[in-house]
Amino acid sequence: MSDTPVVIAENLSRHYEVGGGMFRKPQVVRALSEASFTLHLGKTLAVVGESGCGKSTLARLITLIEEPTGGQFQLNGRGATRENWASLRTDVQIVFQDPYGSLNPRQKIGAILEEPLKINRPEMSAAERTAKARDMLRLVGLRPEHFERYPHMFSGGQRQRIAVARALMLDPKVLVLDEPVSALDLSIQSQILNLLTELQERMGLAYLFISHDLSVVKHMADDVIVMYLGRPVETGSKEEIFAGPRHPYTKALLSATPVAEPGLEKQRIKLAGELPSPMNVPPGCAFAPRCWKAQDRCHAERPLLEGATHRTACFFPEAGGTPSPAAPKPAT
Amino acid sequence: MALLEIRNLSVDFTTASGAFRAVDAVDVSVDKGEVLAIVGESGSGKSVSMLALMGLLPWTATITADVMEFEGRDLRALTPKARRKIVGKDIAMIFQEPMSSLNPCFTVGFQIKEALRLHMNMDRATRHKRAIELMDMVGIPAPESRLNTFPHQMSGGMNQRVMIAMSIACNPKLLIADEPTTALDVTIQAQILDLLTGLQRDTGMGLILITHDMGVVAENAERVSVQYAGQKVEDQPVYDLFARPHHPYTAALLAALPERATSKLLPTIPGVVPGQFDRPKGCLFSPRCAYADDRCRSTPPIPCGSELGLARCHYPLNATEEVKA
Ligand SMILES: Nc1ncnc2c1ncn2[C@@H]1O[C@H](COP(=O)(O)OP(=O)(O)OP(=O)(O)O)[C@@H](O)[C@H]1O
Ligand SMILES: Nc1ncnc2c1ncn2[C@@H]1O[C@H](COP(=O)(O)OP(=O)(O)OP(=O)(O)O)[C@@H](O)[C@H]1O
Ligand code: SF4
Ligand code: SF4
Ligand SMILES: [Mg+2]
Ligand SMILES: [Mg+2]
Repeated sequence: MSDTPVVIAENLSRHYEVGGGMFRKPQVVRALSEASFTLHLGKTLAVVGESGCGKSTLARLITLIEEPTGGQFQLNGRGATRENWASLRTDVQIVFQDPYGSLNPRQKIGAILEEPLKINRPEMSAAERTAKARDMLRLVGLRPEHFERYPHMFSGGQRQRIAVARALMLDPKVLVLDEPVSALDLSIQSQILNLLTELQERMGLAYLFISHDLSVVKHMADDVIVMYLGRPVETGSKEEIFAGPRHPYTKALLSATPVAEPGLEKQRIKLAGELPSPMNVPPGCAFAPRCWKAQDRCHAERPLLEGATHRTACFFPEAGGTPSPAAPKPAT
Repeated sequence: MALLEIRNLSVDFTTASGAFRAVDAVDVSVDKGEVLAIVGESGSGKSVSMLALMGLLPWTATITADVMEFEGRDLRALTPKARRKIVGKDIAMIFQEPMSSLNPCFTVGFQIKEALRLHMNMDRATRHKRAIELMDMVGIPAPESRLNTFPHQMSGGMNQRVMIAMSIACNPKLLIADEPTTALDVTIQAQILDLLTGLQRDTGMGLILITHDMGVVAENAERVSVQYAGQKVEDQPVYDLFARPHHPYTAALLAALPERATSKLLPTIPGVVPGQFDRPKGCLFSPRCAYADDRCRSTPPIPCGSELGLARCHYPLNATEEVKA
């Protein structure tokens, strides 16, 4: 595996204009602002944060579904500009949360898997396509007879396997997983997580893994981006983030995450107030209205993401290094 | 006397493809001030058993039970009118889909006040004040101005909180919370669970918490009942359940938790839950159970004693330790 990142993102932003009419100025939704990161082959970068903080927006940019309104990124060594989209599209694929909504109910599984090849690999013969689809079905742990069945005949976990299989048909380098196990039972969740782990080891895939479940993130991630109101507020290795969160929001998030261990003494940080709207981002630090450490400076000036590998956007960061209650077990 | 006592509850649905048993001989008991969590695979009958208690299942459902008592009163013997007095006031439920249980045509303020008008002896001004207080309790910012908004003008999480406000409006003695925090972020989830367990502590409200989240169970429940394919397969105090599960399904479920992982590959339960047409003859878990033998495949197990967590299993796990302890 090479050391050059397969994704290099610089200051990626996506703002939307909404509302607006004859006499009203449209409002700007700052769904994502200035996200920078790198993603390596064979590694998993997790994105966490509250609902509406811009995780899916980031996913749509990286999968070339939408164009950024600011910043740029490289995919597999080439700029992901509009004119390169067509040729880059096979390098990155996405798997969505909803295993029910994301498959066409009128197509058989075989046809669902072959479709990306039909569109993107016109040189392949029908027999080659079918052979590849059957191989993929086996790879994700489904049975040959499933090839002729329709999506409604499968359980949620099986459908998510099909979605993963479809995403892998074009041999992508990067797989964007937007809440891939959130709709699944615990027992099915572990099957899908194992599948992802095995596929990554076998094929050297890079994962951009979006999840609000921190125990899943702790299990899967190499590196973590914590987002708040459209901006990364802390980035670092999984160990750094879980064992020594430095941004107050990260700390609050970790402390609020329930741990499946009865009787565990925890100090939960209680946040006052709501996540503000991305249409009305507060000046200064966006977390200031809810932050227990906020000072005058925080309301006036926006802190920049600073640090070498473990980066934090906060004027008064936590010490870090003190294990939180949700700290991961030492790696073995 | 238990606050709620249900024995041998079964629910059968008439479907186009024949009868389907969604709940199979389930016992539920909750004491005053107790928090019971119900966990289990999707489709295991958690919601249906509680909807049966509330009298909210469609006519296609046939409900049978040996006992169904609330505060010692037989719910089945009550007239529909007398039952409605209890259900909705003394027994309240937070439904799994918040959007489908709020009326889109009325403001949320009206809906909360309507619940108060129906069940509580309050004048208009008091109802208004109480509605604001309730919205504030569930963490809705600027509650006074939000009273006039319609459900579609708020996010899923906000609507879920309105539902929660409505459910606790009439000071229920028993609250059934069916996945109450799924649409909420963890920081707000923590706030809601604190509110519910606080009510349980301060007012002696009984709380039934249906959830998939084992973290939520561990931090909030006192007792846990585990359902599989319509049956209750285990029932234990929360600490014992996590430390010494007796039913193989419970053990497998806990082993699948990422936070319990000892290696990158997680333990899994092979196969899927039986459906309407492949219901096994013996133990319902036998097709997926690592310990299944011929007896399991032919003879349905009956629940063990409470020292073995009422495990519905021929070969309960952690049995020796329990006897020694
Ligand atoms: N096409 C759009 N037009 C206007 N606003 C949008 C659009 N897409 C997203 N937004 C807004 O941008 C913000 C970020 O949305 P996004 O879907 O990326 O959040 P998320 O982090 O994925 O949330 P969740 O955890 O709920 O999935 C939200 O406030 C959302 O309402
Ligand atoms: N009206 C109905 N007619 C027929 N079958 C039904 C009906 N309502 C529910 N069922 C079936 O009863 C079974 C139990 O459903 P229930 O909603 O209680 O599951 P659950 O344990 O609450 O699952 P989840 O965790 O997904 O909410 C399911 O197989 C479901 O499909
Ligand atoms: S910059 Fe100030 S308000 Fe923002 S997180 Fe840090 S301490 Fe809190
Ligand atoms: S009865 Fe047999 S098959 Fe069923 S759970 Fe117990 S050991 Fe497993
Ligand atoms: Mg999203
Ligand atoms: Mg349910």
